[in-house]
Amino acid sequence: MITLTIDGKTVRTESGTTVLNAARGAAIEIPTLCHHESLPPYGSCRICLVEVTQRGRTRLVSSCTLPVAEGMEVNTKSEKVMRIRRMLAELFLARCPDSKVIRELAAQFNVTKSRFRKPVGEPSSIVGEEGCILCGMCVRLCDDVLKIGALSFEGRGGGRRVTTPFGEPSDVCMTCGACSSICPTGAIEHHRIWEHVPQRIPFEFEEGLTHRKPIYIPFAQAVPRVPVIDKHTCMHFKTNGCKVCEDNCEAKAIRHAQEDEMVELDVGAIVVATGFQLFDARQLVRYGYGRFDNVLSALEFERISHASGPTGGKVLKKDGTPPQSVAILHCIGSRDENYQKYCSRVCCMYSLKFAHLIREKTHADVYNFYIDMRAFGKGYEEFYKRLLAEGVYFIRGKAAEVTDAAESPEEKGKLIVIGEDTLLGLTRRIPVDMVILSTGIKPAQGAEELARLLSLSCTQGQFYLEKHPKLAPVDTASDGIFLAGACQGPKDIPDAVAQGAAAAAGALALIDGGKVVLEPITSEIDEKLCAGCKICIASCPYVAIEFDEEKKISRVIEELCKGCGTCVAACPSGAARQRNFEDVQIYAEIEGILHPETEPVLRE
Amino acid sequence: MNTATAHTYTYYPGCSQMATNKAYDISTRGVAHALGLELNELEDWNCCGATAYVAIREKQAFVLSARNLALAERSERDLVTPCSGCYVVLRKANKYMAENERLRSEIGQALAKGGMAYRGSVRVRHFLDVVVNDAGEDAIRGRATRSLAGLRVACYYGCQISRPFGEIDDEENPQSLDQLVQWLGADPVPFSLRAKCCGGLMMTTQPEVGRTLTGKILQLARESGADCVVTCCPLCQMNLEAYQHQVSAVMGRDCAIPVLYFTQLMGYAFGLEEDALALRDSLTPVEALLTEKVACP
Repeated sequence: MITLTIDGKTVRTESGTTVLNAARGAAIEIPTLCHHESLPPYGSCRICLVEVTQRGRTRLVSSCTLPVAEGMEVNTKSEKVMRIRRMLAELFLARCPDSKVIRELAAQFNVTKSRFRKPVGEPSSIVGEEGCILCGMCVRLCDDVLKIGALSFEGRGGGRRVTTPFGEPSDVCMTCGACSSICPTGAIEHHRIWEHVPQRIPFEFEEGLTHRKPIYIPFAQAVPRVPVIDKHTCMHFKTNGCKVCEDNCEAKAIRHAQEDEMVELDVGAIVVATGFQLFDARQLVRYGYGRFDNVLSALEFERISHASGPTGGKVLKKDGTPPQSVAILHCIGSRDENYQKYCSRVCCMYSLKFAHLIREKTHADVYNFYIDMRAFGKGYEEFYKRLLAEGVYFIRGKAAEVTDAAESPEEKGKLIVIGEDTLLGLTRRIPVDMVILSTGIKPAQGAEELARLLSLSCTQGQFYLEKHPKLAPVDTASDGIFLAGACQGPKDIPDAVAQGAAAAAGALALIDGGKVVLEPITSEIDEKLCAGCKICIASCPYVAIEFDEEKKISRVIEELCKGCGTCVAACPSGAARQRNFEDVQIYAEIEGILHPETEPVLRE
Repeated sequence: MNTATAHTYTYYPGCSQMATNKAYDISTRGVAHALGLELNELEDWNCCGATAYVAIREKQAFVLSARNLALAERSERDLVTPCSGCYVVLRKANKYMAENERLRSEIGQALAKGGMAYRGSVRVRHFLDVVVNDAGEDAIRGRATRSLAGLRVACYYGCQISRPFGEIDDEENPQSLDQLVQWLGADPVPFSLRAKCCGGLMMTTQPEVGRTLTGKILQLARESGADCVVTCCPLCQMNLEAYQHQVSAVMGRDCAIPVLYFTQLMGYAFGLEEDALALRDSLTPVEALLTEKVACP
């Protein structure tokens, strides 16, 4: 440890620390321009100059490059230091009179205008009107940290400037945008380095309404709440450089070398809870999603209305003003012969929630275009009644179209929702400021692949089929595989939670039992009749038949057989039989049905 | 396949291009020639069956279409028409015959009476589709000698070019005409009524309804800041240009705006002369607009 004095204050710090960092550690502020935590000290701007007295000798040194020494006396605000800083500020201001950062810095020293003229020289090929102060942060970041090397200094003395090699567009540039984001004066014009402009990364959780960095916490309530690195956008994985996050992490918790792992587990039961995806409103061109700014999908509005969302919970249009009127269009993609024929079950209630929030936050008029109101759960109907009392408008009829083609002065500049009011028997045109599309629920992406993997049956597209709708609603036809949540069909949160608990209980009961109870109806193969053709093996959906290589016959694995009878029907030699469900029994049943005495009864 | 056959088509003008919409036929041929697209007119063609007849006697209408298709099949080339009505009716006949065996055999019997047969191999296409997708951007940009820069255009597609099949463009928000107009250097304006009804035959049977529908389109085109409306259907063209006085009276507002075929706009950009453009056939001041707005080289 080293002890020194800064502005009369005794400061103890580790050897190797710079005077700048030691001062900042002691809450003494020193202005900087070319200093950045991620870059090695450079000392080009000189604004961080301090007066240092050591062994009886006083001198002016840039604090960002000077390591601390025992007994050092530092004065950061002496008359001389302040005079020089003022002069520097004036020189910077002459160079970059339009830069906000420079003007603010100069104002700190009461400098508002410069006595000097703007230096005249050949302009750099990449720097715009804001002006460059030659701090070199962009060059150092691009070359030393990111290891790209698209930028460099050129010329000497007054002719020195930042540019691309030979002033030509630089095709090694990877359009990461680091140079323009670190530039203190905002002078770099990215499209002049290479033809592309850096694209900000849309934040998936916020439905692309805000942007994120390549390292980010997926969402505020993430468990565990730790950042993740997006390999596709992180520059380290493109250039092998950077690692700024790793250098800055005090806990040393970041490991770029970490790889994805495949983990294989032997388990006694599987609960499938793969969820759902939302219908893509772009498919329904008539509602203008993606074409009009203020046509939102349900999830986008959910983020906008959420306290931790991009607007801090304020219901605002794209231009930042609150809407005077909002239309909520129900059944987008649901109950639609061309898309999903089924009801998505959750949209009516979340639409009501949206309507309530809009009324509460903005007092805007809210119009719901609905086919039927399906407020089926506990307390739901009461909520619907409450909204009617709150003055929310309900128009029974699916909206036909959202257009911006105004037909009257009051429609000008608005989105017009056109739909049939089936209760009035009229076509309505409702001009609104914002349209929310209540998008329906679809089976999750990859649901079909998982169904194949686990031998699950599907209904309504790729929603998984339960064993029995009433008696076994969380089981599947495959023993030990349970269903929970919207992968089985559209459902709201209470239902999904209840089903999840039931599936967990079912899995526990199976594992804890120690024994597995089988159904008595299984197939068996008569060894004497089996010709070893293996047709049954190919036909078995449960992989419950194996081949005995010694005897050259097929054999049923009873624990796996579900008694579906596919092999019995497929077996050409009649060797496969179903226990307790023999051909004789079926023939007797058929005869019973066709018997003259029973026929009239059946006819009725 | 060499380039000559690749860009050779059987041309079906349709009846309106012989009379009321002659300018469409003239400019279509002019533009095709300029782009090196060879249009061989179908010999001995007859009525397509027309939208009105299809609605009343469907099967008879399809027989009319089938006769054209049977004639076209002899050349083994795509059958191209500039008329959206013919396009839809011919396509519909083609599709229904392919999907419905009973209809196919009944129509086949009718054709056999005239010693004809149809195997079902003809592809029916709209001239806009051919221009945008076969000739393509480079050929069109390369051929445009007059710059249409600054000319603001409302692209009006009408109801039939993308409906009901939606094969060459989106049914409700078609884009191909806007794209083409951009290639010519003009600026398409945002125009939401692009695929809405022009009034169709209502203009004669229910004039109030027809004029209101047309009025909405003309009014929005004016409000969108367009200098003109461009169409790709003879009936739309007729409705939009011929009734502007009456439409203005119904709407209580001036709805006048120049209306021209996309082929005329293309031809003008290509520097074609009046004999291949027929701008003077127009009922709206199209020629005056283009002369004023477009700088000649």
